[in-house]
Amino acid sequence: MADTRSVFVTYIRTTPTRLWQALRDPEFTRRYWFATRHESDWTPGSPWRLMIPDGRVAHSGEVLEVVPERRLVLSWRAEFNAAMHAEGHSRVTFELEPVGESVRLTVTHEIDRPDSKLVKTLAHGWPHLLSSLKSLLETGEPLTETSRWPKGM
Amino acid sequence: MAADHDKVFKALADPARRLLLDRLFAENGQALGALCAGLDMTRQAVTKHLAVLEEANLIAVVWKGREKLHYLNPVPIQEIADRWIAKFERGRLRLLADLKDKLEGESDG
Repeated sequence: MADTRSVFVTYIRTTPTRLWQALRDPEFTRRYWFATRHESDWTPGSPWRLMIPDGRVAHSGEVLEVVPERRLVLSWRAEFNAAMHAEGHSRVTFELEPVGESVRLTVTHEIDRPDSKLVKTLAHGWPHLLSSLKSLLETGEPLTETSRWPKGM
Repeated sequence: MAADHDKVFKALADPARRLLLDRLFAENGQALGALCAGLDMTRQAVTKHLAVLEEANLIAVVWKGREKLHYLNPVPIQEIADRWIAKFERGRLRLLADLKDKLEGESDG
């Protein structure tokens, strides 16, 4: 079956420990991930939700795989948009790999359907998000545009 | 960081490589054969260009069985835009803000 996939890679001068924390800890995510925070106990099989500051749920799913400081796989369904929600569950994989003084972070977003609106829409956001995460970890400051939830969304 | 940006600029300096990125932008996740189709380039030339793009982190590769799929990775371009080009944008916006303050100050006075 045809699928839709996007892949994003960035090299961040940090440690896997710090990056692993930055991907999940609300103290980090609220600063670079459009002011959102995760809700999960991060155990495989547990529910996972990404919360918008106004209390709405942006995305939800299940923790599929956890290898601390190496790999995190989440099933991922849009909750804030009906058309994207109707596509069902996609899958987001975070892979961390130390390379010299840096960590290579690969984010793969995929779904088992062609021309996915969910994957294609989020493909506009991931580069901003990852650039902001890199900036936060390397300089202490995220990009201002990813520090708030986008107006009207 | 500077060395990474050099690689990106050098990779983008070639029209054939920009064409390959455009083709991935139009349809992401293509194998070598599909990328070569309709191009006035040898398979070897395309392979070399793809290697340069991969080295610059502008392409990410996913293996699906024995097929090597190429994905456009826009993150380095985003990073350059955020850290380098945005500097000039900020300058321009500050000028506009200064002008606004000045004009509004004049009309108040």
